[in-house]
Amino acid sequence: MKKRNRRMNLFYIPAVILLLMFIAYPFAQAIRVSFFNWNGYSQNMKFIGIDNYVKMMKDKRFWMAFRNTLVYGFGSTILQNVMGLSFALLVNSRFKGNNVVRTIVYMPIMISSLIMGFIMRFFFTFDNGVLNDIIGWFGKDPVDWLADGTRGVIIITLINSWHYMGSCMIIYLAGLQGIPSMYYEAAAIDGVSKWNSFRYITLPMLIPSIQTAVIVNLIGGLKVYEGVVALTNGGPVFRTHSIMSYVSNQYFDQERAGLAAAIGIFNFIFIMIVSTIGNNLFAKKEVEL
Amino acid sequence: MAGEKKKKERNTFINGTVWWKYVISFIAVIIYLLPIWVVFVVATKPLGDNSTRLMITSGLFFGNFEKALFRGNMLNAIKNSAIITLGVTVLEVVLSAFAAYPLSRNRSRLNKFVKAAILAVMMIPGLSIVVGVYMELVAFHMISTYWGIIIITAAFGLPMCIYLYSNFITTIPSSLDEAAAIDGAGAAQTFFRILLPQLKPVTVTVIIMRGIGAWNEYMYSLYILQKPAMWNVSVTIKSFFSENLSDWGAAAAAAFLAIVPVIVIYLFLQKYFIQGQLDSAVKG
Repeated sequence: MKKRNRRMNLFYIPAVILLLMFIAYPFAQAIRVSFFNWNGYSQNMKFIGIDNYVKMMKDKRFWMAFRNTLVYGFGSTILQNVMGLSFALLVNSRFKGNNVVRTIVYMPIMISSLIMGFIMRFFFTFDNGVLNDIIGWFGKDPVDWLADGTRGVIIITLINSWHYMGSCMIIYLAGLQGIPSMYYEAAAIDGVSKWNSFRYITLPMLIPSIQTAVIVNLIGGLKVYEGVVALTNGGPVFRTHSIMSYVSNQYFDQERAGLAAAIGIFNFIFIMIVSTIGNNLFAKKEVEL
Repeated sequence: MAGEKKKKERNTFINGTVWWKYVISFIAVIIYLLPIWVVFVVATKPLGDNSTRLMITSGLFFGNFEKALFRGNMLNAIKNSAIITLGVTVLEVVLSAFAAYPLSRNRSRLNKFVKAAILAVMMIPGLSIVVGVYMELVAFHMISTYWGIIIITAAFGLPMCIYLYSNFITTIPSSLDEAAAIDGAGAAQTFFRILLPQLKPVTVTVIIMRGIGAWNEYMYSLYILQKPAMWNVSVTIKSFFSENLSDWGAAAAAAFLAIVPVIVIYLFLQKYFIQGQLDSAVKG
């Protein structure tokens, strides 16, 4: 049996080799480069210790990108979960066409954030933008939506939330369908109000779904990249960058490979911390209930 | 009796207020379909037509599609994306089905560690190690090759596939495996004869999910596929939207051509996508 198990383990060797070569090794390289001053292609690499990390900490544009990433991550997580749960409740209730709603709300997830970002340009341009057309019907003057950094961040957050809300809906829908209907029947017999049966039956039973949906969205939101690149490309003047788009800007456009590597490593560590805290927080909640 | 009556009352209550569900549903459907409609409308407007993007005003004009497909390289991009998608899904299905077999059937301490390490890769945001990946591909002369992008895309997607496969294999009772082992079947024989034929459902999920992922790949394609002849769909569309920003029609046509295949596939295979969404929702 032991020999058989050892033979069995041979089956994961190809996958492990692939991951070691193309994930683990570049990961180690990225850590190494983060301690060097390097432009990304020359032979000239200079070891500078933690200088890149110090530079990162002093870089105002990095902190702007970090703040934006928090808005993208937490903002979309809150919006998507509230909307996702509402739509799951709607689609789960019986009415004609609920499956059509489910199908269509989930559909944009097939379209990449990049293409969706480009499509959104048709809505937010000053000249001829769909949004300006619509506010024009109400007699309002056209607005240059993406000219302002703060508004740009809010718009990107809203688009991201709208785009991926369907995934939340599906997670909650599965959770709702897993709640035995006898609980609701018993509550109805006891004359429990609708709100109370939601508060005391639905919500507690959904804790595992909430955990899954929140963590999945948070990690997704903190990695936002394509949406930013497509809609604003970080502009105006670096005001809408996410950490990921800032990394690619520093590496490929500004040719600061060392700094880019340092920021990338920072983002990885940050995401790990957030998801660990998130998981522990929910683990406690589950015990309490 | 009393309970019955109450239940009936509740039902009429729900039916009585059902109209707002239709209102909300109608608004949601409009909001979710509007972008696709707008892309289509813009794609059918000739250059210089500045009428509203909400309505088709002067008939359908298909010149933009022709421009996108033949002059704008979209046809070649679709070919490249198809090759890359095929390569990524085949590589991922084979490697992850193989890898999941020992990881879910032989839970030694070593294998638990290997599995945890593989799943930890999912936490790495793709671009955070772009510096290392790019250096390596330059050293291996894999820039602007199919293999370069296929291997990197597959490597980042592999942990999720292994996760899906090993969860699925865990739900298959191991009694058949054991019976085969007693009859003298080796590890490989057990996998190919007993397990493999049962993996169809999860394989469909993996192919569909990762197929869409590979088709939409952009993050690394932009840097790996540098020669215009190698551009995939995403990079080509990016070139439309950055170079000739004045030509909104051609850009919209290119975007429309890229999203139509995935939406059609989605509409036909919806339940697999939704299953995939549920199976892949990992907690952390």
